[in-house]
Amino acid sequence: MKRVVITGAGTINALAHDVKGTFAAMREGQCGIGPLEMRDVERLAVQIGAQVRGYREETLFNRQQLALFDRFTQFTLVAAREAIGQAGLEFSGELAARSGVVLGNSGGGMTTLDDNYRSVYEEGKNRVHPFVVPKLMNNAAASHVSMEFNLKGPAFTVASACASSNHAMAQAFQMVHGGFAPVMITGGSESMLCFGGVKAWEGLRVMSKDACRPFSANRNGMVQGEGAGVFVFEEYEHARARGADMLAEVAGFAMTSDAADIVMPSKQGAARAMSGALKDARIAREDVGYINAHGTGTAANDKTECAAVADVFGPHADKLMLSSTKAMHGHCIGGTGAVELLACIMALREGVIAPTVGYEEPDPECALDVVPNEAREARVDVALSNAFAFGGLNAVIALKKV
Amino acid sequence: MSVKDRVVNIIAEQAMLEPSDITMQSTLEDVGIDSLALVESIFAIEEEFDISIPFNANEPDKSDFDISDVASIVAGVEKLIADQKG
Repeated sequence: MKRVVITGAGTINALAHDVKGTFAAMREGQCGIGPLEMRDVERLAVQIGAQVRGYREETLFNRQQLALFDRFTQFTLVAAREAIGQAGLEFSGELAARSGVVLGNSGGGMTTLDDNYRSVYEEGKNRVHPFVVPKLMNNAAASHVSMEFNLKGPAFTVASACASSNHAMAQAFQMVHGGFAPVMITGGSESMLCFGGVKAWEGLRVMSKDACRPFSANRNGMVQGEGAGVFVFEEYEHARARGADMLAEVAGFAMTSDAADIVMPSKQGAARAMSGALKDARIAREDVGYINAHGTGTAANDKTECAAVADVFGPHADKLMLSSTKAMHGHCIGGTGAVELLACIMALREGVIAPTVGYEEPDPECALDVVPNEAREARVDVALSNAFAFGGLNAVIALKKV
Repeated sequence: MSVKDRVVNIIAEQAMLEPSDITMQSTLEDVGIDSLALVESIFAIEEEFDISIPFNANEPDKSDFDISDVASIVAGVEKLIADQKG
Protein backbone atom coordinates (compact mmCIF):
# COMPACT_ATOMS: atom_id res chain seq x y z
CA MET A 1 0.00 0.00 0.00
CA LYS A 2 1.17 3.54 -0.74
CA ARG A 3 1.96 6.07 1.96
CA VAL A 4 -0.08 9.27 1.78
CA VAL A 5 1.21 12.73 2.70
CA ILE A 6 -0.34 16.18 2.78
CA THR A 7 1.58 18.58 0.55
CA GLY A 8 -0.76 21.54 0.54
CA ALA A 9 -3.36 23.14 2.81
CA GLY A 10 -5.79 25.98 2.31
CA THR A 11 -8.67 27.51 4.20
CA ILE A 12 -11.04 30.38 4.66
CA ASN A 13 -13.02 30.57 7.89
CA ALA A 14 -14.11 33.09 10.51
CA LEU A 15 -10.59 33.30 11.93
CA ALA A 16 -8.74 34.14 8.71
CA HIS A 17 -8.80 33.81 4.96
CA ASP A 18 -5.72 31.56 4.79
CA VAL A 19 -3.81 28.89 6.74
CA LYS A 20 -1.14 31.22 8.08
CA GLY A 21 -3.73 33.57 9.56
CA THR A 22 -5.76 30.67 10.94
CA PHE A 23 -2.69 29.20 12.68
CA ALA A 24 -1.88 32.61 14.14
CA ALA A 25 -5.46 33.04 15.39
CA MET A 26 -5.49 29.53 16.89
CA ARG A 27 -2.18 30.22 18.59
CA GLU A 28 -3.64 33.40 20.07
CA GLY A 29 -6.87 31.67 21.05
CA GLN A 30 -8.96 34.15 19.10
CA CYS A 31 -12.70 33.71 18.82
CA GLY A 32 -14.33 34.29 15.45
CA ILE A 33 -17.86 34.24 16.85
CA GLY A 34 -19.86 37.47 16.81
CA PRO A 35 -23.23 39.02 16.00
CA LEU A 36 -24.65 37.63 12.76
CA GLU A 37 -25.01 40.02 9.89
CA MET A 38 -27.72 38.93 7.50
CA ARG A 39 -31.12 39.86 6.20
CA ASP A 40 -33.96 39.43 8.75
CA VAL A 41 -31.52 38.64 11.58
CA GLU A 42 -33.99 40.29 14.01
CA ARG A 43 -36.40 37.40 13.37
CA LEU A 44 -33.85 34.85 14.61
CA ALA A 45 -33.73 33.63 18.21
CA VAL A 46 -30.04 32.75 17.70
CA GLN A 47 -28.16 35.82 16.52
CA ILE A 48 -24.52 34.78 16.83
CA GLY A 49 -22.26 32.84 14.53
CA ALA A 50 -18.73 32.57 13.17
CA GLN A 51 -19.12 34.35 9.84
CA VAL A 52 -16.35 34.91 7.33
CA ARG A 53 -15.86 38.68 7.47
CA GLY A 54 -14.10 41.16 5.27
CA TYR A 55 -14.72 38.86 2.34
CA ARG A 56 -14.97 40.54 -1.07
CA GLU A 57 -16.04 38.01 -3.65
CA GLU A 58 -15.66 40.48 -6.52
CA THR A 59 -11.89 40.62 -5.93
CA LEU A 60 -11.60 36.84 -6.33
CA PHE A 61 -14.05 35.90 -9.06
CA ASN A 62 -15.32 37.47 -12.27
CA ARG A 63 -18.94 38.31 -13.06
CA GLN A 64 -19.61 35.02 -14.88
CA GLN A 65 -18.10 32.99 -12.05
CA LEU A 66 -20.11 34.86 -9.43
CA ALA A 67 -23.30 34.05 -11.31
CA LEU A 68 -22.41 30.35 -10.98
CA PHE A 69 -20.67 30.09 -7.59
CA ASP A 70 -22.64 29.85 -4.35
CA ARG A 71 -20.73 31.01 -1.27
CA PHE A 72 -19.80 27.40 -0.38
CA THR A 73 -18.25 26.93 -3.83
CA GLN A 74 -16.39 30.22 -3.55
CA PHE A 75 -14.97 29.22 -0.16
CA THR A 76 -13.87 25.89 -1.61
CA LEU A 77 -12.07 27.53 -4.50
CA VAL A 78 -10.33 30.05 -2.23
CA ALA A 79 -9.04 27.19 -0.07
CA ALA A 80 -8.18 24.98 -3.07
CA ARG A 81 -6.13 27.75 -4.70
CA GLU A 82 -4.10 28.14 -1.52
CA ALA A 83 -3.60 24.38 -1.05
CA ILE A 84 -2.67 23.56 -4.63
CA GLY A 85 -0.50 26.68 -4.83
CA GLN A 86 1.43 25.52 -1.77
CA ALA A 87 1.82 22.01 -3.18
CA GLY A 88 3.17 23.51 -6.39
CA LEU A 89 1.37 20.99 -8.56
CA GLU A 90 0.16 21.51 -12.08
CA PHE A 91 -2.13 18.88 -13.49
CA SER A 92 -1.61 17.76 -17.06
CA GLY A 93 -1.30 14.52 -19.01
CA GLU A 94 -1.30 11.30 -16.99
CA LEU A 95 -1.25 13.14 -13.64
CA ALA A 96 -4.40 15.08 -14.57
CA ALA A 97 -6.12 11.98 -15.92
CA ARG A 98 -5.65 10.05 -12.67
CA SER A 99 -5.95 12.79 -10.02
CA GLY A 100 -9.29 13.87 -8.62
CA VAL A 101 -11.24 15.69 -5.94
CA VAL A 102 -13.49 14.45 -3.14
CA LEU A 103 -15.11 17.08 -0.96
CA GLY A 104 -17.44 17.06 2.01
CA ASN A 105 -20.50 19.25 2.20
CA SER A 106 -23.81 18.97 3.98
CA GLY A 107 -26.30 21.60 2.83
CA GLY A 108 -25.19 22.53 -0.68
CA GLY A 109 -25.90 26.05 -1.84
CA MET A 110 -28.04 27.15 1.10
CA THR A 111 -27.69 30.86 0.31
CA THR A 112 -28.85 30.21 -3.24
CA LEU A 113 -31.82 28.19 -1.95
CA ASP A 114 -32.69 30.84 0.60
CA ASP A 115 -32.51 33.73 -1.88
CA ASN A 116 -34.57 31.93 -4.49
CA TYR A 117 -37.22 30.61 -2.11
CA ARG A 118 -37.67 34.19 -0.93
CA SER A 119 -38.06 35.36 -4.46
CA VAL A 120 -40.69 32.79 -5.48
CA TYR A 121 -42.56 32.38 -2.18
CA GLU A 122 -42.20 35.72 -0.41
CA GLU A 123 -41.97 38.08 -3.34
CA GLY A 124 -44.24 35.99 -5.56
CA LYS A 125 -41.92 36.05 -8.55
CA ASN A 126 -42.48 33.38 -11.17
CA ARG A 127 -39.04 33.40 -12.73
CA VAL A 128 -35.67 32.43 -11.25
CA HIS A 129 -32.12 32.81 -12.54
CA PRO A 130 -31.21 30.01 -14.96
CA PHE A 131 -28.21 28.90 -12.85
CA VAL A 132 -30.07 28.10 -9.63
CA VAL A 133 -29.64 24.33 -10.01
CA PRO A 134 -25.94 24.24 -11.03
CA LYS A 135 -25.26 26.79 -8.29
CA LEU A 136 -26.94 24.99 -5.40
CA MET A 137 -26.07 21.35 -6.12
CA ASN A 138 -23.80 19.79 -3.47
CA ASN A 139 -21.24 18.69 -6.03
CA ALA A 140 -20.84 22.17 -7.55
CA ALA A 141 -17.72 22.90 -5.49
CA ALA A 142 -16.01 19.62 -6.40
CA SER A 143 -16.84 20.16 -10.06
CA HIS A 144 -15.49 23.72 -10.12
CA VAL A 145 -12.27 22.59 -8.42
CA SER A 146 -11.89 19.89 -11.07
CA MET A 147 -12.42 22.48 -13.81
CA GLU A 148 -10.12 25.13 -12.40
CA PHE A 149 -7.26 22.68 -11.82
CA ASN A 150 -7.83 20.16 -14.63
CA LEU A 151 -8.50 17.17 -12.38
CA LYS A 152 -9.92 14.43 -14.59
CA GLY A 153 -9.96 11.41 -12.27
CA PRO A 154 -12.58 10.62 -9.61
CA ALA A 155 -14.55 13.67 -8.51
CA PHE A 156 -17.54 13.65 -6.19
CA THR A 157 -19.05 15.03 -3.00
CA VAL A 158 -19.74 13.24 0.25
CA ALA A 159 -22.62 14.28 2.49
CA SER A 160 -22.71 12.93 6.03
CA ALA A 161 -23.73 16.07 7.94
CA CYS A 162 -21.03 17.13 10.39
CA ALA A 163 -18.72 14.27 9.40
CA SER A 164 -18.85 15.04 5.65
CA SER A 165 -15.29 16.36 5.41
CA ASN A 166 -13.80 13.51 7.40
CA HIS A 167 -15.66 10.96 5.28
CA ALA A 168 -14.46 12.78 2.15
CA MET A 169 -10.84 12.87 3.31
CA ALA A 170 -11.04 9.19 4.23
CA GLN A 171 -12.16 8.44 0.66
CA ALA A 172 -9.37 10.53 -0.81
CA PHE A 173 -6.85 8.83 1.46
CA GLN A 174 -8.08 5.42 0.36
CA MET A 175 -7.71 6.31 -3.31
CA VAL A 176 -4.10 7.41 -2.93
CA HIS A 177 -3.28 4.65 -0.43
CA GLY A 178 -4.61 1.98 -2.78
CA GLY A 179 -2.69 3.34 -5.76
CA PHE A 180 -5.83 4.42 -7.57
CA ALA A 181 -4.77 8.09 -7.82
CA PRO A 182 -1.38 9.79 -7.29
CA VAL A 183 -2.97 12.99 -5.95
CA MET A 184 -6.41 13.76 -4.54
CA ILE A 185 -7.69 17.20 -3.60
CA THR A 186 -9.91 16.84 -0.55
CA GLY A 187 -11.53 18.53 2.44
CA GLY A 188 -14.85 20.29 2.48
CA SER A 189 -16.85 23.44 2.89
CA GLU A 190 -20.13 24.81 4.17
CA SER A 191 -21.99 28.06 4.07
CA MET A 192 -25.21 27.66 5.99
CA LEU A 193 -25.20 31.04 7.72
CA CYS A 194 -28.22 32.42 5.94
CA PHE A 195 -31.65 33.10 7.45
CA GLY A 196 -33.14 29.71 6.53
CA GLY A 197 -30.01 27.83 7.59
CA VAL A 198 -29.88 29.37 11.06
CA LYS A 199 -33.68 29.18 11.47
CA ALA A 200 -33.61 25.43 10.78
CA TRP A 201 -30.92 24.85 13.40
CA GLU A 202 -32.75 27.06 15.86
CA GLY A 203 -35.71 24.68 15.74
CA LEU A 204 -33.70 21.87 17.27
CA ARG A 205 -32.99 24.00 20.36
CA VAL A 206 -29.36 22.96 20.63
CA MET A 207 -27.86 26.31 19.65
CA SER A 208 -26.30 28.68 22.16
CA LYS A 209 -27.48 32.27 22.15
CA ASP A 210 -24.31 33.63 23.75
CA ALA A 211 -21.13 31.55 23.26
CA CYS A 212 -19.61 28.20 22.38
CA ARG A 213 -17.98 26.67 25.47
CA PRO A 214 -16.96 23.10 24.71
CA PHE A 215 -16.31 20.85 27.74
CA SER A 216 -17.12 23.70 30.14
CA ALA A 217 -19.75 22.83 32.78
CA ASN A 218 -21.77 25.91 31.80
CA ARG A 219 -21.83 25.11 28.06
CA ASN A 220 -25.22 25.66 26.52
CA GLY A 221 -24.98 24.66 22.91
CA MET A 222 -23.28 24.92 19.58
CA VAL A 223 -22.54 27.98 17.48
CA GLN A 224 -22.55 27.68 13.74
CA GLY A 225 -19.65 28.75 11.54
CA GLU A 226 -18.87 28.69 7.86
CA GLY A 227 -15.83 28.17 5.68
CA ALA A 228 -13.70 25.63 3.91
CA GLY A 229 -10.58 23.55 4.33
CA VAL A 230 -8.88 21.94 1.34
CA PHE A 231 -5.82 19.69 1.27
CA VAL A 232 -3.58 18.03 -1.27
CA PHE A 233 -3.23 14.32 -0.46
CA GLU A 234 -0.27 12.98 -2.41
CA GLU A 235 1.41 9.63 -2.73
CA TYR A 236 4.64 9.75 -0.68
CA GLU A 237 7.07 8.69 -3.43
CA HIS A 238 5.44 11.09 -5.87
CA ALA A 239 5.88 13.93 -3.38
CA ARG A 240 9.45 12.90 -2.51
CA ALA A 241 10.51 12.63 -6.14
CA ARG A 242 9.57 16.23 -6.76
CA GLY A 243 10.97 17.48 -3.44
CA ALA A 244 7.61 18.61 -2.08
CA ASP A 245 7.27 19.93 1.46
CA MET A 246 5.29 17.33 3.41
CA LEU A 247 3.07 18.86 6.09
CA ALA A 248 2.01 15.56 7.67
CA GLU A 249 1.34 11.94 6.84
CA VAL A 250 -2.21 10.62 6.72
CA ALA A 251 -1.71 7.44 8.68
CA GLY A 252 -5.19 5.94 8.67
CA PHE A 253 -8.87 6.37 9.39
CA ALA A 254 -12.00 4.60 10.48
CA MET A 255 -15.70 5.13 9.95
CA THR A 256 -18.51 3.69 12.06
CA SER A 257 -22.25 4.04 12.34
CA ASP A 258 -24.07 4.08 15.69
CA ALA A 259 -27.14 2.49 14.11
CA ALA A 260 -29.07 3.90 17.06
CA ASP A 261 -30.49 7.43 17.01
CA ILE A 262 -30.84 10.19 14.43
CA VAL A 263 -29.48 12.91 16.73
CA MET A 264 -28.17 11.51 20.02
CA PRO A 265 -24.51 10.46 19.92
CA SER A 266 -23.27 7.07 21.08
CA LYS A 267 -20.16 6.46 23.14
CA GLN A 268 -19.61 3.06 21.51
CA GLY A 269 -19.86 4.45 17.97
CA ALA A 270 -17.35 7.19 18.73
CA ALA A 271 -15.01 4.82 20.56
CA ARG A 272 -15.08 2.26 17.75
CA ALA A 273 -14.18 5.00 15.26
CA MET A 274 -11.18 6.18 17.31
CA SER A 275 -9.86 2.71 18.06
CA GLY A 276 -10.48 1.72 14.45
CA ALA A 277 -8.40 4.66 13.19
CA LEU A 278 -5.53 3.67 15.49
CA LYS A 279 -5.70 0.09 14.27
CA ASP A 280 -5.83 1.14 10.62
CA ALA A 281 -2.82 3.42 11.13
CA ARG A 282 -1.00 0.77 13.22
CA ILE A 283 -0.49 3.30 15.97
CA ALA A 284 -0.33 2.46 19.68
CA ARG A 285 -2.75 4.53 21.74
CA GLU A 286 0.13 5.78 23.91
CA ASP A 287 1.59 7.51 20.84
CA VAL A 288 -1.38 9.85 20.38
CA GLY A 289 -0.50 13.28 21.73
CA TYR A 290 -3.42 15.35 20.53
CA ILE A 291 -7.04 14.84 19.56
CA ASN A 292 -8.99 17.53 17.79
CA ALA A 293 -12.37 16.82 19.35
CA HIS A 294 -15.72 16.98 17.67
CA GLY A 295 -16.45 19.13 20.78
CA THR A 296 -19.63 20.90 19.72
CA GLY A 297 -20.35 22.49 23.09
CA THR A 298 -23.66 20.66 23.44
CA ALA A 299 -24.51 18.80 26.62
CA ALA A 300 -24.82 15.50 24.77
CA ASN A 301 -21.73 15.49 22.54
CA ASP A 302 -19.06 16.63 24.93
CA LYS A 303 -19.68 14.16 27.73
CA THR A 304 -20.18 11.28 25.30
CA GLU A 305 -16.98 12.14 23.46
CA CYS A 306 -14.94 12.39 26.68
CA ALA A 307 -16.30 9.05 27.87
CA ALA A 308 -15.38 7.49 24.52
CA VAL A 309 -11.84 8.90 24.73
CA ALA A 310 -11.50 7.52 28.26
CA ASP A 311 -12.67 4.10 27.06
CA VAL A 312 -10.32 3.95 24.08
CA PHE A 313 -7.21 5.39 25.70
CA GLY A 314 -7.48 4.06 29.26
CA PRO A 315 -4.84 5.64 31.52
CA HIS A 316 -3.32 7.49 28.55
CA ALA A 317 -6.54 9.56 28.27
CA ASP A 318 -5.25 11.66 31.17
CA LYS A 319 -1.97 12.35 29.40
CA LEU A 320 -3.11 13.33 25.92
CA MET A 321 -4.49 16.74 24.97
CA LEU A 322 -8.00 17.11 23.58
CA SER A 323 -9.26 20.46 22.34
CA SER A 324 -12.24 21.74 20.43
CA THR A 325 -11.45 24.53 18.02
CA LYS A 326 -15.17 25.03 17.30
CA ALA A 327 -15.23 27.68 20.02
CA MET A 328 -12.97 29.72 17.71
CA HIS A 329 -14.20 29.02 14.14
CA GLY A 330 -17.70 27.79 14.97
CA HIS A 331 -19.23 24.54 13.82
CA CYS A 332 -18.62 24.58 10.08
CA ILE A 333 -20.99 21.59 9.62
CA GLY A 334 -19.98 19.70 6.46
CA GLY A 335 -16.71 21.64 6.26
CA THR A 336 -15.79 21.38 9.91
CA GLY A 337 -13.53 18.30 9.78
CA ALA A 338 -11.45 19.97 7.10
CA VAL A 339 -11.02 23.25 9.01
CA GLU A 340 -10.21 21.24 12.14
CA LEU A 341 -7.58 19.09 10.43
CA LEU A 342 -5.54 22.30 10.36
CA ALA A 343 -5.26 22.18 14.16
CA CYS A 344 -3.81 18.66 13.86
CA ILE A 345 -1.30 19.81 11.25
CA MET A 346 -0.33 22.76 13.47
CA ALA A 347 0.20 20.40 16.42
CA LEU A 348 2.42 18.04 14.41
CA ARG A 349 4.35 20.57 12.40
CA GLU A 350 4.64 23.57 14.67
CA GLY A 351 4.30 21.92 18.07
CA VAL A 352 1.46 24.24 19.04
CA ILE A 353 -1.79 22.85 20.42
CA ALA A 354 -4.84 24.97 19.62
CA PRO A 355 -6.83 25.71 22.76
CA THR A 356 -10.48 25.23 23.68
CA VAL A 357 -11.48 28.85 24.13
CA GLY A 358 -14.54 29.99 26.07
CA TYR A 359 -13.75 27.47 28.79
CA GLU A 360 -15.04 28.65 32.16
CA GLU A 361 -15.95 25.83 34.55
CA PRO A 362 -14.60 22.28 34.85
CA ASP A 363 -17.16 19.56 34.19
CA PRO A 364 -16.53 16.27 36.02
CA GLU A 365 -18.01 14.47 33.02
CA CYS A 366 -15.36 16.05 30.77
CA ALA A 367 -12.37 15.63 33.06
CA LEU A 368 -9.64 15.51 30.40
CA ASP A 369 -6.90 17.98 29.47
CA VAL A 370 -8.95 20.16 27.12
CA VAL A 371 -6.16 22.78 26.74
CA PRO A 372 -8.40 25.51 28.19
CA ASN A 373 -8.24 28.99 26.70
CA GLU A 374 -4.51 29.19 25.95
CA ALA A 375 -2.53 27.43 23.26
CA ARG A 376 0.26 25.20 24.46
CA GLU A 377 3.63 24.21 23.08
CA ALA A 378 4.13 20.47 22.99
CA ARG A 379 5.81 17.88 20.82
CA VAL A 380 3.18 15.73 19.18
CA ASP A 381 3.91 12.79 16.86
CA VAL A 382 0.39 11.54 16.24
CA ALA A 383 -2.91 13.45 16.16
CA LEU A 384 -6.49 12.33 15.65
CA SER A 385 -9.34 14.38 14.25
CA ASN A 386 -12.83 13.36 15.37
CA ALA A 387 -16.11 13.98 13.58
CA PHE A 388 -19.39 12.56 14.87
CA ALA A 389 -22.40 13.47 12.77
CA PHE A 390 -26.14 13.57 13.20
CA GLY A 391 -27.44 10.29 11.92
CA GLY A 392 -24.85 8.53 14.10
CA LEU A 393 -22.13 8.62 11.44
CA ASN A 394 -18.59 8.80 12.79
CA ALA A 395 -15.28 9.32 11.00
CA VAL A 396 -11.86 9.67 12.61
CA ILE A 397 -8.62 10.47 10.78
CA ALA A 398 -5.13 9.80 12.14
CA LEU A 399 -2.22 12.05 11.13
CA LYS A 400 1.42 11.60 12.04
CA LYS A 401 4.69 13.41 11.54
CA VAL A 402 6.31 12.58 8.23
CA MET B 1 -61.08 22.80 25.77
CA SER B 2 -58.95 23.89 28.73
CA VAL B 3 -55.22 24.60 28.51
CA LYS B 4 -54.68 21.48 30.57
CA ASP B 5 -56.63 19.24 28.18
CA ARG B 6 -54.92 20.71 25.13
CA VAL B 7 -51.45 20.16 26.64
CA VAL B 8 -52.39 16.62 27.66
CA ASN B 9 -53.59 15.90 24.11
CA ILE B 10 -50.27 17.09 22.68
CA ILE B 11 -48.23 15.01 25.11
CA ALA B 12 -50.46 11.97 24.51
CA GLU B 13 -50.00 12.28 20.76
CA GLN B 14 -46.21 12.51 21.10
CA ALA B 15 -46.17 9.56 23.50
CA MET B 16 -48.54 7.57 21.28
CA LEU B 17 -50.90 7.08 24.25
CA GLU B 18 -54.53 7.92 24.98
CA PRO B 19 -55.04 11.25 26.83
CA SER B 20 -56.63 9.20 29.64
CA ASP B 21 -53.26 7.49 30.16
CA ILE B 22 -51.63 10.81 31.08
CA THR B 23 -51.92 12.06 34.66
CA MET B 24 -50.85 15.38 36.10
CA GLN B 25 -48.14 13.56 38.03
CA SER B 26 -46.74 11.77 34.96
CA THR B 27 -43.20 12.70 34.06
CA LEU B 28 -42.14 12.83 30.43
CA GLU B 29 -39.89 9.88 31.12
CA ASP B 30 -42.89 7.92 32.51
CA VAL B 31 -44.78 8.34 29.26
CA GLY B 32 -41.75 7.53 27.12
CA ILE B 33 -40.95 10.98 25.71
CA ASP B 34 -37.25 11.16 24.75
CA SER B 35 -35.19 14.27 23.99
CA LEU B 36 -36.29 14.51 20.37
CA ALA B 37 -39.97 14.02 21.25
CA LEU B 38 -39.59 16.65 23.98
CA VAL B 39 -38.34 19.24 21.50
CA GLU B 40 -41.21 18.29 19.19
CA SER B 41 -43.75 18.57 22.05
CA ILE B 42 -42.50 22.04 22.93
CA PHE B 43 -42.82 23.07 19.29
CA ALA B 44 -46.37 21.66 19.17
CA ILE B 45 -47.32 23.54 22.34
CA GLU B 46 -45.88 26.78 20.94
CA GLU B 47 -47.91 26.32 17.76
CA GLU B 48 -51.09 25.37 19.63
CA PHE B 49 -51.06 28.43 21.90
CA ASP B 50 -49.07 30.82 19.72
CA ILE B 51 -46.53 31.39 22.48
CA SER B 52 -42.76 31.22 22.68
CA ILE B 53 -41.27 28.81 25.23
CA PRO B 54 -37.78 29.51 26.55
CA PHE B 55 -36.17 26.08 26.31
CA ASN B 56 -32.62 25.02 25.45
CA ALA B 57 -32.15 21.25 25.12
CA ASN B 58 -28.60 21.62 26.46
CA GLU B 59 -29.73 22.89 29.82
CA PRO B 60 -33.32 21.74 30.40
CA ASP B 61 -32.91 22.22 34.16
CA LYS B 62 -31.84 25.84 33.85
CA SER B 63 -34.75 26.79 31.66
CA ASP B 64 -37.50 28.93 33.18
CA PHE B 65 -39.89 26.41 31.73
CA ASP B 66 -40.30 23.55 34.21
CA ILE B 67 -40.79 20.17 32.54
CA SER B 68 -40.53 17.98 35.63
CA ASP B 69 -44.10 16.66 35.22
CA VAL B 70 -47.29 17.30 33.27
CA ALA B 71 -48.71 19.57 35.98
CA SER B 72 -45.62 21.81 35.87
CA ILE B 73 -45.79 21.97 32.08
CA VAL B 74 -49.47 22.99 32.20
CA ALA B 75 -48.70 25.64 34.84
CA GLY B 76 -45.80 26.92 32.73
CA VAL B 77 -47.95 27.15 29.62
CA GLU B 78 -50.70 29.00 31.52
CA LYS B 79 -48.14 31.50 32.80
CA LEU B 80 -46.65 32.04 29.36
CA ILE B 81 -50.10 32.58 27.86
CA ALA B 82 -50.84 35.17 30.55
CA ASP B 83 -47.44 36.87 30.04
CA GLN B 84 -47.41 36.80 26.26
CA LYS B 85 -51.06 37.07 25.34
CA GLY B 86 -52.44 38.96 28.33
